Amino acid sequence: MDCDLTCSTLHAYFDNELSAAGDAEFRRHLEHCSDCVAELDACHFVRHSLQRSHIYEHAPALLRRKIRADLRSFAPTSVSSQPLWWYWMAAVAALLFVAILLGRVDHGLRGDDYQAELAGEIVDAHVRSLQPGPLTGIASNDGRIVKEWLDAKLEFAIPVRNFADEGFALKGGRLDVMEGRSVAVLVYERNGHPINVFIWRTREPDTSPRAGSRQGFQWVDWRKGKIEFCTVSDADPVDLEKLHQLISSSA
Amino acid sequence: MDDLGAENRLRFEQLVLPQVDAAFNLARWLLRTRADAEDVAQEALLRGCRFFRGFHGGDARAWLLQIVRNTCYSWLEKNRPRDLMVEFDEELHPQPVATPESIAIADEVRGRLTRALETLPPRHREVLVLRELEGCSYKEIAAIISIPIGTVRSSLSRARRQLQSVLINPGCKEPLRGL
Repeated sequence: MDCDLTCSTLHAYFDNELSAAGDAEFRRHLEHCSDCVAELDACHFVRHSLQRSHIYEHAPALLRRKIRADLRSFAPTSVSSQPLWWYWMAAVAALLFVAILLGRVDHGLRGDDYQAELAGEIVDAHVRSLQPGPLTGIASNDGRIVKEWLDAKLEFAIPVRNFADEGFALKGGRLDVMEGRSVAVLVYERNGHPINVFIWRTREPDTSPRAGSRQGFQWVDWRKGKIEFCTVSDADPVDLEKLHQLISSSA
Repeated sequence: MDDLGAENRLRFEQLVLPQVDAAFNLARWLLRTRADAEDVAQEALLRGCRFFRGFHGGDARAWLLQIVRNTCYSWLEKNRPRDLMVEFDEELHPQPVATPESIAIADEVRGRLTRALETLPPRHREVLVLRELEGCSYKEIAAIISIPIGTVRSSLSRARRQLQSVLINPGCKEPLRGL
């Protein structure tokens, strides 16, 4: 091999970009080419220097806020042709859900950054809820269709069942972003009251259900099989407990 | 202003917003100042919103960085065209100067690396930033810069040699040590 000609081969070797055959050939070449050995050392030195000196420049928090503000200024277009009556209810419940999360965070030892980030989420959720068009979602009473729609957009599979026979009619599902992660939302109706079930992946162990109320809304939260569920509604608390049992036994 | 659509906005938030660091870092090294990089990165993200309908999956980081890069070059052509005409000249590249931050050794190393990188022509600087700081593969770099993979290889080898020559330069009295 001629070293002048193989210069770019050396860099591809250094970057693990050679084919297996090319890699083996270059290793053989290295055994008797001190120039290339020295050049490789120099490459390692430069990479090491760049990494050790931490010159990667991270985006300032202000830029992130500006970009989020820009995003909000984009008017949404309608995704489904018919506005769904439960979207408004869902938006209100979403705010309550964030309030619950925030309440939980208050008890933990989290930093100011985290609080600021969460505050941003609340604003986002709020703005989303105030927009005239419907939120992204699918209206269907077919659990399979709702599940397919959600599974295609999430990194985890969620259980979706229509419990109409038990008095909890499935109305649809939608996606939301809370705390920077994707949250699936299933919407049920019970005696005219919409119930939102927020579902997201967790690493925490299973828990039995915890219930609470806030601003006239009831909520029940539990974890099972690395998935956290939080149902929110103005329905009877007993109904939320029933829904919890239905979901838990079907999952 | 163009419509993004609620579903697309959600996808944009999930796929593109996590790449803001990468966008800012590339802009900062192409433009060489943080203030300009903030403005241009913001503009690039806005452009990304407008073009997002044309993104049909794949590598969101490479997709965004391509827009960032184009936005940076447009900005340079308009505001600092001389930056784009600079060819690397080992004799002429600026010598490192003592600055307050060079008092601390770590800062001095960082400062020298920063100046060394900024000395390179933009087209060599960007391949180094994408490869060494962003960890992009040759295929990703080729997509971002719109050049063949063979050209990525040769650009990287030239860029690394230039950076070495700046770092280990007679004008720098002694080679970079202590890392």
